[in-house]
Amino acid sequence: MRDTDISAALQQQVQQAIQDSAQLNICGGNNKMFLGREPAGRPLDVSKHCGIINYDPRELVITARASTPMIEIEAALAESGQMLAFEPPHFGATATLGGTIACALSGARRPFTGSARDFTLGCKLLNGRGEILNFGGQVMKNVAGYDLSRLMVGAYGTLGVLLELSLKVLPRPASSQTIMFESSPGQAIAKMSALLSQPYPVDAACFHGELLHLRLSGSEQAVKHARMQLGGEMMHDCATFWREVNEHRLTLFTAAPTLYRIMVKPSTPPLDIAGKWLLSWGGAQRWLASDAPLATIREQVAKVGGHVTQFRGGDRNGNVFSPLAPAVLTLHQRLKDSLDPHGIFNRGRMYAEI
Amino acid sequence: MPVPTTPESRRQTLFNALRVLLPAASVLTDAEDLRPFECDGLSVYRRLPLVVVLPETVAQVQAIVRLCGELEIPVVARGAGTGLSGGALPLADGVLLSLAKFNRILNVDVTNAMATVQPGVRNLAISQAVAEYDLYYAPDPSSQIACTIGGNVAENSGGVHCLKYGLTVHNILQLKMVTMEGELLTIGAETLDSPGYDLLALMTGSEGMLGIIVEVTVKLLPRPERAQVILAAFDDEVKAGEAVGAIIAAGIIPAGLEMMDKLAIQAAEDFAHAGYPRDAAAILLCELDGTNAEVSEHVMAVREVLRLSGATEVRTAVDEAERQLFWKGRKSAFPAVGRISPDYYCMDGTIPRRELPRVLRQIAMWSEEYGLPVANVFHAGDGNMHPLILFDANKPGELERTEEFGRKILTLCVEVGGTITGEHGVGMEKIDTMCVQFRSAELQQFHAVKHAFDPRGLLNPGKAVPTLHRCAEFGAMHVHHGQLSHPELERF
Repeated sequence: MRDTDISAALQQQVQQAIQDSAQLNICGGNNKMFLGREPAGRPLDVSKHCGIINYDPRELVITARASTPMIEIEAALAESGQMLAFEPPHFGATATLGGTIACALSGARRPFTGSARDFTLGCKLLNGRGEILNFGGQVMKNVAGYDLSRLMVGAYGTLGVLLELSLKVLPRPASSQTIMFESSPGQAIAKMSALLSQPYPVDAACFHGELLHLRLSGSEQAVKHARMQLGGEMMHDCATFWREVNEHRLTLFTAAPTLYRIMVKPSTPPLDIAGKWLLSWGGAQRWLASDAPLATIREQVAKVGGHVTQFRGGDRNGNVFSPLAPAVLTLHQRLKDSLDPHGIFNRGRMYAEI
Repeated sequence: MPVPTTPESRRQTLFNALRVLLPAASVLTDAEDLRPFECDGLSVYRRLPLVVVLPETVAQVQAIVRLCGELEIPVVARGAGTGLSGGALPLADGVLLSLAKFNRILNVDVTNAMATVQPGVRNLAISQAVAEYDLYYAPDPSSQIACTIGGNVAENSGGVHCLKYGLTVHNILQLKMVTMEGELLTIGAETLDSPGYDLLALMTGSEGMLGIIVEVTVKLLPRPERAQVILAAFDDEVKAGEAVGAIIAAGIIPAGLEMMDKLAIQAAEDFAHAGYPRDAAAILLCELDGTNAEVSEHVMAVREVLRLSGATEVRTAVDEAERQLFWKGRKSAFPAVGRISPDYYCMDGTIPRRELPRVLRQIAMWSEEYGLPVANVFHAGDGNMHPLILFDANKPGELERTEEFGRKILTLCVEVGGTITGEHGVGMEKIDTMCVQFRSAELQQFHAVKHAFDPRGLLNPGKAVPTLHRCAEFGAMHVHHGQLSHPELERF
């Protein structure tokens, strides 16, 4: 396990970039370069800034440097029977904590226990003035100052370089089982959204192939009783299944050159767009591998109040993320200016204007 | 409209224009009508606004802020006024914009477990409106009967169930807000996330500094099948604190985990007759919820952990009535303390739980030094402390000494790795202690963010984030009185 603090060197490189009017492309594990719009700028290698700084299982908080590998963090938590409850996908062995948070990646448990941003408590940030700033903290309740640490989650590094992150962690459930039901997409959606208002210990729900998969987690008794109430067929080796869903290793994810992430209200009926579908997050997040053009998909999804990310493949110089309302975009530009006034960091990675 | 030059002409221009925008009854200018708005829940700060407006449509809110923008008049938004940090304290030269008339539940979407409400809807009213579907809105600040959801968003309110169910920020999906420029923006979405920066998180807890919230979509949760509460008594506060860590180490996340010390127990018991053991040094209330099976299993496990942690008594509420009674004692701790002292001052620091013994010891020492008793009420599960300093504002100098004592507690919270405010907000009250928690570059970054939303600084100016000048004065003041208790902390 490496444990190195290179924040002073990173600060110098940022100051140099300000002087050179250069743009920087923040690189950690280098495994998420496929996300967002085309990366641009000279690489700022942050990968050596790593190591767990503080982890006290009784406090339910871990603090680590941003380039600490996810596998290292998860191993440390597992040793104490704990976990990152948002079940982040890694998309490669080199995944880091900083990249996961910058891209706001959450996995199967997200609709039931919360997202990457929900579990973010604080950060140390290197902003575009070359200043090292601390926001949030290592405690669960903290309303001093604006919540700039959660603002960093999903900002794709456009607002600054994440140096350290503090996250809330949770105990691993004592027991977990996955049950399956044969159903049509419509039936699966109805069942999954009905579960949102029922107190079953469900912590993952997805529809793939012709099967609805529900993961039950909690105390031994809770899982046993829910299993009896819900019925269904028990899945063996369910850990592998959920990992494959999370990591996009099922064949459908690569069934077409472009993979779309479609966010809708969970009860939204199946959308009539040709391609291979996987409905996850209880129907709230839908993956579509399709040849259909982005504009057509966006138009359809907008009708049901959702939004579309071109997650993998496709034209990375266009609107990879759904376009923002003009006044909201203006606010994004002003926020970018407030944190990165010289426009150094990850320019254009989210939107051309920021 | 040209900006009138004298304060009097500006005032008249404002009043006249407001009476064009709103019905006469919705524009209050007489001192007598303004009086109910002079303070929020922190009544030591009082000030009459120039005018109170009570719009009832979003278009009216937009028109009011545009008008104020043109006239360069500051605006303070207000919900129910139950805040505890002076965040809704009016400005003498400003408009107080009350959202009291935005009190309708607009939509309940049972299938997707969400509800869209206006900001003036009371927190508890949401849960009541969806109770028939066995759903509820999770955050439950102790003022939930009166406080409104708009204020909850502005303060990122918590409650006794935060450890398991999170704060306001974890339980909302979408906001509609009016900027100081009069633009109506949709922040977040009815989907689990939305494109762009997480402005929903940024807006939550921003204390009315960035925009005026005019609509909130909240997430609803299924009511747990069963909730059970355990009361444990200890002859030592430190043992109670350690028991909290032991429960979590056992892999159980209680729905609520509260601690009270001797003075708080006695006050609450006299007030609510909750059946608390009056001779205990500390009690823990541990609520477990979930499915029937899970609660049964966890109750057994927690009782065992409590016994091993040295509890002198462990009691499980025998029925729902007793559960409610246990909670009644805790939820009435503040008014109960209010009965045994002419005044009390409630602190809101959060600390890493492992620091509890040290912080409690230090508070007890200061309590003796200042001659001011302290009752400790503590959201033990998430480290959020509410020491209540008992004082008498009628005794000359006692309020000042109380505030000084309070600042010392908050400074200590920062020193041990915590924060000056867990859920009550900075507002007016903790503006100086912000200088202890943040360095000047961080405060400047906050000001820059504020500027991005409100370039002219007209929304709730002077709250939440201190100017560097103010911090310099605050620091100087402390050095002058020889009270710089933590010289290792950076000051400016």
